[in-house]
Amino acid sequence: MIRFISVLGLALFAALPARATVDIVPVTSPGGITAWLVEDHSIPFVSLEIRFRGGASLDLPGKRGATYLMTGLLEEGTGNMDAIAYAQRLEELAASFEFEAYDDAISISAQMLTENRDDAIAHLRGAVVSPSFSEDAIERVRAQVQSIIMGDANDPEDIASATFNQLAWGNHPYGSKREGTAESLAGLTRDDLIAAHQGALALDRVYVGASGDITGEELGLLLDTLLGGLPAEGAPMPDRADYALNGGVSVVDFETPQSVVVFGHQGIFRDDPDYIPAFILNSVVGGSGFASRLMTEVREERGLTYGIGSYLLPLDHGELYLGQFSSDNERVADAIEVVRDQWVDIAENGITQDELEAAKTYLTGAYPLRFDGNGRIANIMVGMQMSDLGTDYIPTRNDKVNAVTLDEIRTIAARLLQPENLHFVVVGKPEGLETTN
Amino acid sequence: MRNLHATLLAAVFAVPAAMATAAENVTSFMLENGLQLVVIEDHRAAAVTHMAWYRVGSADEPPGKSGIAHFLEHLMFKGTDDLEPGEFSRVVRANGGSDNAFTSYDYTGYFQRVAADRLGLMMQMEADRMRDLVLTEEEVAPELQVILEERSQRTDSSPGGLFGEQRRAAMYLNHPYGRSVIGWRHEMEGLTLQDAVDFYDEHYAPNNAIVIVAGDVYPEDALALAKEHYGLIAANPDLKPRVRPAEPPHIAERRVVYEDPRVSTPYVIRSYLAPERNAGDQKTAAALTFLAEILGGSSQTSVLGRSLQFVDPTALFTTAFYSGLSLDHGEFGVLVAPVEGRSLEEAEDDMDRVIAEFMETGVDLEQFERIKMQIRASEIYELDSVQGTARKYGAALTSGLTIEDVQAWPEVLQAVTPEDIMEAAAQVFDRRRAVTGFLLAPEAAEQEVGQ
Repeated sequence: MIRFISVLGLALFAALPARATVDIVPVTSPGGITAWLVEDHSIPFVSLEIRFRGGASLDLPGKRGATYLMTGLLEEGTGNMDAIAYAQRLEELAASFEFEAYDDAISISAQMLTENRDDAIAHLRGAVVSPSFSEDAIERVRAQVQSIIMGDANDPEDIASATFNQLAWGNHPYGSKREGTAESLAGLTRDDLIAAHQGALALDRVYVGASGDITGEELGLLLDTLLGGLPAEGAPMPDRADYALNGGVSVVDFETPQSVVVFGHQGIFRDDPDYIPAFILNSVVGGSGFASRLMTEVREERGLTYGIGSYLLPLDHGELYLGQFSSDNERVADAIEVVRDQWVDIAENGITQDELEAAKTYLTGAYPLRFDGNGRIANIMVGMQMSDLGTDYIPTRNDKVNAVTLDEIRTIAARLLQPENLHFVVVGKPEGLETTN
Repeated sequence: MRNLHATLLAAVFAVPAAMATAAENVTSFMLENGLQLVVIEDHRAAAVTHMAWYRVGSADEPPGKSGIAHFLEHLMFKGTDDLEPGEFSRVVRANGGSDNAFTSYDYTGYFQRVAADRLGLMMQMEADRMRDLVLTEEEVAPELQVILEERSQRTDSSPGGLFGEQRRAAMYLNHPYGRSVIGWRHEMEGLTLQDAVDFYDEHYAPNNAIVIVAGDVYPEDALALAKEHYGLIAANPDLKPRVRPAEPPHIAERRVVYEDPRVSTPYVIRSYLAPERNAGDQKTAAALTFLAEILGGSSQTSVLGRSLQFVDPTALFTTAFYSGLSLDHGEFGVLVAPVEGRSLEEAEDDMDRVIAEFMETGVDLEQFERIKMQIRASEIYELDSVQGTARKYGAALTSGLTIEDVQAWPEVLQAVTPEDIMEAAAQVFDRRRAVTGFLLAPEAAEQEVGQ
């Protein structure tokens, strides 16, 4: 037994994290579109991740849901191809295109074989640049989105996060669901969707990551073919969102045996100089699964939940620090008390040196493991560009993490964790909990 | 997660150590104690996934103890004679890795993903908990609450989850596939430390395990490490063959209606008992894989999607599915969610009409060729995820298949003909072997009238 532990100890302290070896090359197309590329010719396909900043938060007042519905219609027909013909052609090419509308961006995730890449790009161009928005497609997808809205209205997890966002952000687009409401969705016209398309998919806000079997020169030509002809400028970005929530509890009555809890308060922006200390701190609080304080205290010690986590949510125009868990109705009040106690404790006392060291070893060791596939690499590169990080971020990121001191963590803990502002939205039939004011 | 889905390698003891069978980038070894080691090479990143799969799942549980396979999976993180409770995951994390586990009907698996030079340490710890788990009441009691919360979250909070559990119970007349992996709540509440220990002692042994190492590792190095860490564990000589209670002939169609006020999109779903993939015999399963794609693979191009979701649509959503990776039985299913105002009876009629038409007109050859192209492409795309490949092998090897079966599968798929598909369809579409389920919200108005 003693031998075994000592061997583990050795392995622990001798552990130097592997270096991330991703070689990013910035590419500029002849037409002026910039992209980051990681070339890897070992598998004959390429992953492209394209994002347009803005996303669903570009929805105009009264038009909530327009960006989401528009994005859902991109694949529903182009030129002389209807939705069925479009899908059949995509199947022939065996390419995969996914379109998603998020709060701050629209993403296009594409993978295509080298053997028919030009044809695949021509097909994707149709969806991105000249979708038809035919009336029958609009009605079909609108009905699908309506069913999503109805489903979410019956889902305690969706109710919890929608309620938190509404209370936190009020009338800002962040305060409502990007699918829109049943009423706003019903009111959207084809012209609204064309306007949303013109406003959202523009060249002044596009970011590209590519990884796989393609050269820089090929990528440049491909991007001009794919995106050329999109408007140079899109719609103006929304204003900063004003956070409007105070500490307390909001109970949403819902018939279910287990309450869902979303909790949090304001967080920190990605470009804040203390973002990395905050990120490390959250890893200890609730960002890292089983080793985190919240998981240890709420699940492992007391069995009050199956899972609990917390995360920083730095949006472009607002910043949150959020957590979530579920507990049976009769036990959820206890679980909330445990969370509050941890918040008070960490805000006052910070974390221990051991916790900081364990978090650093984990974060620095795990970082290089992220770059393990074309799709993942393309994704990370787009995220880095949108966060205004340079290509030198990857080789220096672990040094930045290792440089953080316990004092810096204490400082950010006192700033970031605000027990008095912590608000809990509880959806269910929680015993012993009522809405506070 | 710490929850989820097998091969009777009967003659494992006779196999000489380290007899390699290599194909592509996959190499397999058999240790003398019966542990199978599978190495999947991918040297693009300096990372490795290490997985221990046991040929035991919820379908191997004794009667009255539903949930014990999954409960034990949770308890496997609670310490050994050498490791404190929780230390396993702490050490993984301290080495920059992540770890978790899963349970299904036919298997239980544990995995870590770490930098490639930590592989030996992962094997050391995984080998330790293969035989030396130490459980105390202090650790077991709160964990029982955790799995009950997990059931609340995954099943009881989800109308679809509860409905699926009921349909499954109706599908199997005798086989333990009729019980959900998480277990019935009343039985879970009674699970004890001793139940977990008994289950562990019976099933956790090298001759019931498959270790998969995938990533930046060479087969001979992985073998040396495996011999060092796993090689000395004694086999369990009393390991029993996996023979579960068998299904009698299905002679009566079953129907399940579940009403739940939380349902917003009602649907009808029908599951047919179907052949599964079997070692050396995957042809019918391959045909059924095509059939599911043809009937419900894509909303735009599948038979159900085109017939019901376009041109005067009567359905909001349609799909078809086939699960053939299973030790004892597969399932083929079709689902139709009608548009608002259309009843589930009408939706079922739509579904049956479309299937009947398909049985008349047969396979569209252009669609058939497109699906073949996509299957071929998916083999290329799958190479990008070595973890996915590892999982594919683990699930197959614990479900009665061999490495050769996994490697033959793409060829078996490419060899399927339209005639094979129609033959498999005729075989599987037998309502006596099916459960038809309606999931819907109670009609408040109708209830009042009835009262």
